[in-house]
Amino acid sequence: MKWETVIGLEVHTQLATQSKIFSGSSTAFGAAPNTHASAVDIALPGVLPVLNKGAVECAIKFGLAIGATLNRVNVFDRKNYFYPDLPKGYQISQLAKPIVEGGALKIVVDGEEKTIHLTRAHMEEDAGKSLHEDFHGMTGIDLNRAGTPLLEIVSEPEMRSSAEAVAYARALHTLVTWIGICDGNMQEGSFRVDANVSVRPLGQAEFGTRREIKNLNSFRFLQQAIDYEVRWQIETLEDGGRIEQATVLFDPDSGETRMMRSKEDAHDYRYFPDPDLLPVKLGEDWIEAVRAALPELPAAMQARFQSGYGVSAYDAAVLTGSRALADYFEAVAKACGQGKLAANWVMGELSAALNKAELDIAASPVTAAQLGALIVRIQDGTLSGKLAKQVFEGLWEGAGEVDAIIDARGLRQMSDSGELEKIVDEVLAANPKSVEEFRSGKEKAFNALVGQVMKASRGKANPAQVNELLKAKLQN
Amino acid sequence: MSLSPDDVKRIARLARIEISDVEAQATQAQLNSIFDLIAAMQAVDTSGVGPMAHAQEVHQRLRDDAVTETDRHAAFQAIAPAVENGLYLVPKVIE
Amino acid sequence: MSEFSLSALAAQLAAKQVSSRELAQTYLDRIAALNPSINAFITVDAEKTLAEAAAADALIAAGKNGPLTGVPIAHKDIFCTDGWLTTCGSKMLSNFVAPYDAHVIQRFKAAGMPSLGKTNMDEFAMGSSNETSFYGAVKNPWDTARVPGGSSGGAAACVAARMAPAATGTDTGGSIRQPAAFTGITGLKPTYGLVSRFGMIAFASSLDQAGPMAPSAEDCALLLNVMTGFDPNDSTSLERDKEDYARDLDKPLSGLRVGLPKEFFAEGLNSEVAAAVEAAVTELKKLGATPVEISLANSQLAIPVYYVLAPAEASSNLSRFDGVRYGYRAPDYASLDDMYCKTRAQGFGAEVKRRILIGAYVLSHGYYDAYYLQAQKIRRLIADDFSAAFEACDVILGPTAPGTAFRLGEKSDDPVEMYLNDLYTIPANLAGLPGMSLPCGFDSQGLPIGLQLVGNYFSEAKMLNVAHQYQRVTDWHKRLPPLGEASGERR
Repeated sequence: MKWETVIGLEVHTQLATQSKIFSGSSTAFGAAPNTHASAVDIALPGVLPVLNKGAVECAIKFGLAIGATLNRVNVFDRKNYFYPDLPKGYQISQLAKPIVEGGALKIVVDGEEKTIHLTRAHMEEDAGKSLHEDFHGMTGIDLNRAGTPLLEIVSEPEMRSSAEAVAYARALHTLVTWIGICDGNMQEGSFRVDANVSVRPLGQAEFGTRREIKNLNSFRFLQQAIDYEVRWQIETLEDGGRIEQATVLFDPDSGETRMMRSKEDAHDYRYFPDPDLLPVKLGEDWIEAVRAALPELPAAMQARFQSGYGVSAYDAAVLTGSRALADYFEAVAKACGQGKLAANWVMGELSAALNKAELDIAASPVTAAQLGALIVRIQDGTLSGKLAKQVFEGLWEGAGEVDAIIDARGLRQMSDSGELEKIVDEVLAANPKSVEEFRSGKEKAFNALVGQVMKASRGKANPAQVNELLKAKLQN
Repeated sequence: MSLSPDDVKRIARLARIEISDVEAQATQAQLNSIFDLIAAMQAVDTSGVGPMAHAQEVHQRLRDDAVTETDRHAAFQAIAPAVENGLYLVPKVIE
Repeated sequence: MSEFSLSALAAQLAAKQVSSRELAQTYLDRIAALNPSINAFITVDAEKTLAEAAAADALIAAGKNGPLTGVPIAHKDIFCTDGWLTTCGSKMLSNFVAPYDAHVIQRFKAAGMPSLGKTNMDEFAMGSSNETSFYGAVKNPWDTARVPGGSSGGAAACVAARMAPAATGTDTGGSIRQPAAFTGITGLKPTYGLVSRFGMIAFASSLDQAGPMAPSAEDCALLLNVMTGFDPNDSTSLERDKEDYARDLDKPLSGLRVGLPKEFFAEGLNSEVAAAVEAAVTELKKLGATPVEISLANSQLAIPVYYVLAPAEASSNLSRFDGVRYGYRAPDYASLDDMYCKTRAQGFGAEVKRRILIGAYVLSHGYYDAYYLQAQKIRRLIADDFSAAFEACDVILGPTAPGTAFRLGEKSDDPVEMYLNDLYTIPANLAGLPGMSLPCGFDSQGLPIGLQLVGNYFSEAKMLNVAHQYQRVTDWHKRLPPLGEASGERR
């Protein structure tokens, strides 16, 4: 039987605010335990929540960026359950009237573009952390994270493979970091993915029973977990078994998912509107001000890169992988007026060097202006590609500006044809055998002669010019 | 509407309140008399009436995004049942 | 000292005829003498009180005193008070020394009013008799075999016995007004949102409101001036211009339309209470007011609605008491879950547990619409009734409670019987309207009877005006309970 995979993602993004969603505590990561846990965060008796404007603004930005409906009046609810990292015994979230509904995101998988629709996105507070290392058989609770603002972004079940799920998660990651509402740090838990996975016989209209894989904190784990889960579900069904609705955890060490809780012991969360918080009203002025301040979005920028700089759809997608990268590329392209060449250098030499040095584009030792200047020198014939790479190395080492490096290291391409002609003559005179071979029809011999000329010029000859001169001389 | 002893035990479980079978029996009777009182509500036609969650028709005030709290964990943990290394200790959480 | 009003005490302090320390000591002595038989206080700390009084004296000496600087006050043990045991009447918080001040406490501190201690109350403010306190029942000073009402029973009793010149209370379904009625004092629950709830341990967040309890309406006006005001820490706190609640006290009542809801004078009302309330109407007529009959048809549903909404909010509000970060933790348990279940089974009393269970049930899957949502809709109908009524009248008048103080233990085995005591007070909480109770007579057993006023939103000054004018021509609020050698004092 042919099976179809159905995936929907729920992504918890920590919003990039200074303070928590309902208190004035810092959201900074990595502080000593409970030092960022105020009276409100530890839920002392009598304390009350007050909503952070910055968190709401992040949600508005997101809603605008995905073309969603912003609910002009949205409401916070209490989700009641007991857990030691949940100090109030309820999480403040949004159930019936979330701030964002609808919207869509485009993904590209294997060159095919696909639109994934979003169900909703709602504001809520993060929980604290349970530290399970042994405290005399006890668990330690750190509430620094409790109350950190989250936007939970829920997609429709429209993805049909792990590759699509990863592409969607990546596109979402790019978007939330692009518009500055999330730092995107997956190791620190700023972007956490839950995947709802089910399978059904191809052609069947109804969805199969889904299982939810919780808390995937890398794209690789997302892919592995879904692939494992899909295989497991298909095998279970083909063996005549049934899938029970459940929540599962992915174990990166074994590469397997395992049951956390079944539907039977699912919680009864007793949601109701939080009486301590009033309905949140979004004024049109506010929404328009946020809209006006939004940066150009990745999709729009991709289209512009293709039409304005002549780069391919694929390259445009890569170059808009982050706002910093896109801004860098555009600065280079503008500086040199050569979009395609700029794309090649940014995605080639520069990316390779950054990867090797494990540096982010923002920390690149070579500035966009410098790379632009380098490309100008390639374009005007001062540098060959090979020489340009040497200049790039100089830039990377901080040896100065492009022209200064060219001069200091004597990397200028030979432009004096008299000088080159002299070298060519010398090479021809010194290699009669190769000349003979070429004339008897061996094309390969020509390349050897080019190599000799380049070597004699110590790389500074213009290869095109060398070809031309050699051909002219040999045809005489 | 009448609660069974199982209903009482289920909601006691939701509320994390230990309750013995004997207590559940006694509680059941009291809760049922309270729910008899509440039942008067069910006869009212409320179609078209909007639920009233708050005493005042006002909207949420928003706080500027600024860190205003300082570290007070020492004072807060001085009144905690069990702490170590700045962490609140609880019986082992099994996931 | 017990014969003086707050304004008289403040005047004596300002004129340096008495120091705040002396005044505080006088009340501390009276507490030491009377509290053992009344049990109005959970915590008294003379050292702290006298230190605060000394600070008030310094303010007065420096000429930096406000209207009530140096006048001591007792606080309901529901307000978190920095460095003071704050129990909310519960074993769950029997070891909880609050690490911060409630907004209300901050305001009284800023006004230079020393705290005389923390008053007894029904556990987590759930009760109408003050019998659910972990610290034992409070006795009514008028008859120590009777309850003082609840939940602010300690506050009411300490003011009635003049162990404090005034006290703070909170009112979710009548917890200021009903004990005020039972003990012959004046108490006011302001419009929801006027007094910050920050630091006031939550029972039912959408209904809870703090207010003053004192012998007279004039005292309450002065206290309200201290208590009210915008607080950015409470999202439901209203941003309004500061007003002087004493400004209209002396206005004549001519032209005042007093609404008498027919539902409040129907079956279930004790005849002596009815007679006293009717006599008060006659008195107000003499002062120029006009009675108008009104109807609050849906107010009959207030108790069912309240016993859905308040327990629902409470069940969630009280989830934080889990033995993890503060308060009581059961000594023996086998697991995390067992720790939760035992801590909460042992830390909460029977009434609190009952309400948590009701609340968890009405919110649970499959019941939400039938109970919680339906209750919220009827809540609106009740509020709409009031809006319509205020088209026809300026203030609504009726009994505060259907009867006078009942005997200790009389209703404690029958929750429903107990709940019915709040029949007349709950509607104002549901609508968020201000309500007050003032003494209007005594029954044949010598027990005080309370008259309730309910005003439109933000009409506290008008209600206080009505009450003050009534108190100018009556002396019910000046009568003191017979308490040994302390009895017979008149102000």
